[in-house]
Amino acid sequence: MSPLFTSAHEGTLAVSAGIGLLLLAASGWVSVLHRRKPGPGTRELVLRLRAWWVICALFLGAVLAGGRVGVLLFAFISYLAFKEYVSLIPFRRVDRRALFWAYLAIPVQYAFIWTGWYGMFTIFIPVYMFLIVPMRMVSLQETKGFLATVGMIHWGLMITVFCLGHAAWLFVQPLSGFPVAGAGGVVLFLVGLTEANDIAQFLWGKSLGRRKLLPGVSPGKTWAGLCGGVLTTAVLAGLLAPLLTPLPVRVAVPIGAGIGLFGFMGDVTLSALKRDLGVKDCGGILPGHGGILDRIDSLMFTAPLFLHFLRFYYA
Amino acid sequence: MKALGQILRSLLFLAVAKPFVALVLGVDLRGRERLPKKGPALLVANHNSHLDTLVLMTLFSVRQLPGLRPVAAGDYFLRNRLLRWFSLRLVGVIPITRNHAVSGGHPLTPCLEALDRGEMLILFPEGSRGEPEARAPFKRGVAHLAKSRQEVRVVPVCLGGTGLALPRGEALFVPRVCRLVIGEAFTWTGDTTGFMSELEDRFAALEAEIAPPPFPSHPNMT
Repeated sequence: MSPLFTSAHEGTLAVSAGIGLLLLAASGWVSVLHRRKPGPGTRELVLRLRAWWVICALFLGAVLAGGRVGVLLFAFISYLAFKEYVSLIPFRRVDRRALFWAYLAIPVQYAFIWTGWYGMFTIFIPVYMFLIVPMRMVSLQETKGFLATVGMIHWGLMITVFCLGHAAWLFVQPLSGFPVAGAGGVVLFLVGLTEANDIAQFLWGKSLGRRKLLPGVSPGKTWAGLCGGVLTTAVLAGLLAPLLTPLPVRVAVPIGAGIGLFGFMGDVTLSALKRDLGVKDCGGILPGHGGILDRIDSLMFTAPLFLHFLRFYYA
Repeated sequence: MKALGQILRSLLFLAVAKPFVALVLGVDLRGRERLPKKGPALLVANHNSHLDTLVLMTLFSVRQLPGLRPVAAGDYFLRNRLLRWFSLRLVGVIPITRNHAVSGGHPLTPCLEALDRGEMLILFPEGSRGEPEARAPFKRGVAHLAKSRQEVRVVPVCLGGTGLALPRGEALFVPRVCRLVIGEAFTWTGDTTGFMSELEDRFAALEAEIAPPPFPSHPNMT
């Protein structure tokens, strides 16, 4: 069992400091922009950056504290994300009881992570919650809309609790030949690459994007954005891996490409969900970004892939 | 004793009520700039859940807490000693009687006195939480207050989703993000019928603003 706090690895400290400097530079640039030409556009940027400060403070705090603090933070993010998901969908009053049981799955799943019980971590939601939530609906004896309700609840649990939980698992995953203090670095590697991939795909798409990729789901996505993003993330993975992870460059580069591809899939999958529900953003908890789900859409897809990669090589 | 109660009230507000509403529940708020900065004012809201009062109170800062007075039914909220202490000391409600025959003077006199002290009233003119997420016709007491104090601003506030998180008649709280929109303030319009229809119209517009988008591909949407 890893301790609640571990002292951070040198590489993790260096990368965290780098992120802090990047944020500082961005804040300086945005405040100059806002002073020169104040308007709704720059106001949006200021809000967006302020939210980034809060996100980075919480996340880097957990990464540097290492150990179990990160598990707690991700448990809370799963709760916020599942709540946001539930609030977007027109569930009925009768569905409340089944939803309550679904909420209870969050502390249970994170307890399995906390104790490092990998077997239960991998089956609890996909198997047991999959069986328990319909059972609760059956006991309510409401057959109208039965399949819709159990299907929507399970999809939400899978994506916001099970998939995201894979990022939390990284905090307790022992890696052979790698110090325990390195766990935070591995999480920082995954989350940093996922966010960098979002930004890289956006920038490549803006500058070179012509051919639309999925105009019926997300009109902004282009082939250039996807390919440029995947390449950039693969290169970045090769550069950051020696600082944050036990991965050699020849393994880190394909992982980076995988993160690029899965990050894109998470982004467009959440776009499809929002289109179906007729909303632009999933919420308003992060001013300038939208909801929690808008921020972690890619991470929910990249986390399982990354964890399985890592376990394949190092567990 | 009174000062101690006030400190306890502020502490609970900051350490329990605010974090609960912001993190455990979650509020999607529109029109914060239209929230009155100081009293006297009448905050008029629709009512679906006990959470409504809590959510509306946490819109304000702890400094404004002493002047914030939810108006509530005495027969319900003063029905035993514990609830009475909780309602009067911690929430700071102004109890009114829903049964006119029992009371001597006008049942809304305590509300007028509070307005004269410069306090802000939170009023639910439906008179009861009723069916979750359905608005009952407003009672006319709010017109009486606006007419008696014609300079006082009336601020309509529309809430959605609280009736699904904690509906009437259920003790099980199921978290969900609530929607809240604050409308433009207005004052007495000249006659009771006109005032009430103005209020209903403003609520209909605010309700449309926070209504969840239609979801036609979904069989639960009936």
